[in-house]
Amino acid sequence: MTPVNLVVNDTAANEKFISIEGIARRYPAPGGGSTTIFENIWFSMKRGEFCCVIGHSGCGKTTVLNMLAGLELPDDGVNIVDGYAIEGPSLDRAVIFQSHALLPWRTVLGNVAYAVSSKWRDWKKDKVNAHAQKYIELVGLGASLHKRPSELSGGMKQRVGIARALSIEPKMMLMDEPFSALDALTRGSLQDEVRRICLDTGQSTFMITHDVDEAIYLADKIVLMTNGPGAMVAEIVENPLPRNRDRINLHKLPDYYAVRNHLIDFLVTGSKIFRDNIPAGYDPRKPPLVRPGADKPLTPGDRKAA
Amino acid sequence: MLTSLNQRALIVSLLIFGVFLLAWHLATQGSGSVQQMDPEYAKLMGLTATKGTSAMPGPLDVAAKIWEHLKSPFYDRGPNDKGIGIQLAYSIARVMTGYFIAVLVALPLGFLIGMSPMMSKALDPFIQIMKPVSPLAWMPLALYTIKDSSISSIFVIFICSVWPMLINTAFGVASVRKEWLNVARTLEVTPIRKAFTIILPAAAPTIFTGMRISIGIAWLVIVAAEMLVGGTGIGYFVWNEWNNLSISNVIVSILVIGLVGMVLDQILAMFARMVTYPE
Repeated sequence: MTPVNLVVNDTAANEKFISIEGIARRYPAPGGGSTTIFENIWFSMKRGEFCCVIGHSGCGKTTVLNMLAGLELPDDGVNIVDGYAIEGPSLDRAVIFQSHALLPWRTVLGNVAYAVSSKWRDWKKDKVNAHAQKYIELVGLGASLHKRPSELSGGMKQRVGIARALSIEPKMMLMDEPFSALDALTRGSLQDEVRRICLDTGQSTFMITHDVDEAIYLADKIVLMTNGPGAMVAEIVENPLPRNRDRINLHKLPDYYAVRNHLIDFLVTGSKIFRDNIPAGYDPRKPPLVRPGADKPLTPGDRKAA
Repeated sequence: MLTSLNQRALIVSLLIFGVFLLAWHLATQGSGSVQQMDPEYAKLMGLTATKGTSAMPGPLDVAAKIWEHLKSPFYDRGPNDKGIGIQLAYSIARVMTGYFIAVLVALPLGFLIGMSPMMSKALDPFIQIMKPVSPLAWMPLALYTIKDSSISSIFVIFICSVWPMLINTAFGVASVRKEWLNVARTLEVTPIRKAFTIILPAAAPTIFTGMRISIGIAWLVIVAAEMLVGGTGIGYFVWNEWNNLSISNVIVSILVIGLVGMVLDQILAMFARMVTYPE
């Protein structure tokens, strides 16, 4: 596993641990030609960074994630992880699926052990099970080792999905709206756990979400995508909140409303009008990096709200 | 009512059975009208004409026959007089042989069709045309080419059980959830391991449903096939007893065929339950 202290090594490889370079997805349109869902998407992630993508349905967020997973390949451009272009799925990148995607004929232990034995194919059964159990205990399901997914609640299933992803000790985790199907209470406690695990393990994480508060709580960096078709990265928001934030007191932090208003303004209006009002000096290769905060000059969206 | 649903259902079942037996018994009491006739002529006539007994055996006659069969199910007094157990054993052996050959063919082929949309399209016309053909229509061709009546009936069993298994296997394999396949892809699982650890368990309930349909059809068809080719087997037994005008034996055979069919179906249902997973 990537040691936490690597995050501070300010080498180029760590600055651009994940680099998305000019990717595009196009579908053949009825009657010739093609529809562009998105094109010319550029951004990068540091090692150990938690990155959220926000945008309306249809802007191609899930496609970007599938491309990072290697389940789909871009029609243009390239995705680079740790210096290598993504050419297919890899055990280096674990996916946490929206629908948890557990194998219903296997127990909790069986599901995680399946992933472990896929990564370390020569391991003995005992070693595989012990390793799997360690990660199941990490997500707090030590008492449900031998239950089947059908006997678990939605939140517990998603925990197993997280344990399965972590168990293969990936270089990065990809999450596609992992908590959207859960009730608010369960979602909150799982967010806490994911944040704790990511901080503890120094995991690089790419997550899609619709939930602004989830993004503010979890992410170091929030990528804003405009509406599709023809979606683009409008800007990248750097989270101004302190790294040791906790969920209960999140809304009391001084910069909380600044960043929240900024994101909501973007979702309500910015994502629609951005395409027709591209700001001067906008370069898709280097989307503007903004850091909304109570003490800083506001971006146009915030000025309206203020 | 304090009794459970099962108990009440059992009581109704027994009641229906009792009423049925009673009605059967009363209906086969005989007419009673006996014509006076010359004793020489009476010997040529059946008991119905001389003593007024019913031509249809009653429940007691059938029960006596069943007892007779139970006492010695496996006797063998030449080609035309074998115990019902021996006849059943012949039929079951033929069904099993034809059925297992069908499993060996249908499962791999179904996997291929389910995994490859191209093969699915390519083989579809053959399956669509062959599937509705009555298995007995194959019999003359089988007899002509194989030249052995027993193997020909095994072939007929094979051809009738192969289709439901083939179609269900292909369907089960083709409709494995995309997300489970994506799990396998992100874990870089090899194709062989994927086939055995993802596709097979995911499709197993559908495959076993097909196998259950197949064994039912095979058991239906073996009776007809054996009636046609003769020699041995429960189908031949029924037809032989019809020729002997032993209606009691025909009724006993119907019962036995039903019982064996039920047991075969339940065995497959048990396997199906073992591989079914709740979601």
